[in-house]
Amino acid sequence: LHALSQETLWMLAVRDTRDKVAFAALFDHFAPRLKGFIMRSGTGSGQAEEIVQDVMLTVWRKSAMFDPQRAQVSGWIYQIARNRQIDVIRKENRPVPEELHADQATEPDAQQMLGLEQEACKLKTAIGRLKPDQREMIEKAYLGELTHQEIKSQTGLPLGTIKSRIRLGLEKLRHELKDMRSDG
Amino acid sequence: MAEITHHIPDHVLAAYATGSLSEPYALVVATHLSMCLECRANYEAHQMLGGAVLEMASTEALSGDLKTGVMAMLDTPVVPQPAHSRSGIYPGPVMAALKGRPPRWKSLGLGVRQCILTGNSEGSVRLLYIPPGQAVPDHGHNGLELTLVLQGSFVDETGRFDVGDAEVADQDLEHTPVAEAGPPCICLAATDAPLRFNAFVPRLLQPIFRI
Ligand SMILES: [Zn+2]
Ligand SMILES: [Zn+2]
Repeated sequence: LHALSQETLWMLAVRDTRDKVAFAALFDHFAPRLKGFIMRSGTGSGQAEEIVQDVMLTVWRKSAMFDPQRAQVSGWIYQIARNRQIDVIRKENRPVPEELHADQATEPDAQQMLGLEQEACKLKTAIGRLKPDQREMIEKAYLGELTHQEIKSQTGLPLGTIKSRIRLGLEKLRHELKDMRSDG
Repeated sequence: MAEITHHIPDHVLAAYATGSLSEPYALVVATHLSMCLECRANYEAHQMLGGAVLEMASTEALSGDLKTGVMAMLDTPVVPQPAHSRSGIYPGPVMAALKGRPPRWKSLGLGVRQCILTGNSEGSVRLLYIPPGQAVPDHGHNGLELTLVLQGSFVDETGRFDVGDAEVADQDLEHTPVAEAGPPCICLAATDAPLRFNAFVPRLLQPIFRI
């Protein structure tokens, strides 16, 4: 009944078989959205395209880091784009968390991947149902247009069940996080 | 080892995920996310929401040669930027801020030491080294202060903070963190106070020295 989204399948083909046709499809889907997204926060067309280029090349080069048990392609690309935008515009090297590598020995859990896809669908529906001003506030926040004080005064970001679903995906990496904390 | 009990509040995590947190705080959050499963899950949930906003973004037409250019670059060999990995008690983001070298401590007196990682007029982030039984030097905050324990533990008026725990203090909190018995307490601390900290600490320590 439920299947992985087209974007996820393209991304897995890029990650697992270095499939350039799949990458071209990802480019066609995400690059125009990325450019629109980046320009909305005031970046000019030329610089926005430079950022889009860097982001899409990072998607190709770092595809091994994509883990469909924890992330949607759009969310993974969102974070790459925000990091790149900040590095370029604020001219600082944004501190990023340690990368978590999936355990090679564990089989990918199809149930977990599908569960995350379902949560993503529910999330989009929930955003679609918001009142226009609430929805605009979420857009502003994730475009980086709100300060942390402004975010603090916003309540009810619809993240409830997604957190527990992602946590399940992370549980599979839990031993690694434990190592990270205890080897001191 | 005890479980982490003091986490990054959700609005600070959201600000980090959306890129609206300044660099000193971002370093503390990135470091906690390298140690804490719970906050990592919440952070990745924010990424997912960001992804949904990206999916809904209106598209902009691309220059004709952008895609051709990117496709042509796929096979260009790249020298990967060296990622700073964890070293001892210091997670990757701290090692990146230290540029891969061990901290260069500066004494603040009474065995307390600091190592400033970055600082400008908007804020600063430093490593603090507090011997057991010693108090963190007096340090009023004008705004948000984020402190993360990397080794040992401290207690203050609000509770006990162990490895991985993050304390969030604002201007209303008057507190005196004291390192507990055991190994020296090493913390990563970000404030919006400029580097004044450095200068006024010795003066505040004077009464203790009875100079
Ligand atoms: Zn946490
Ligand atoms: Zn404080």
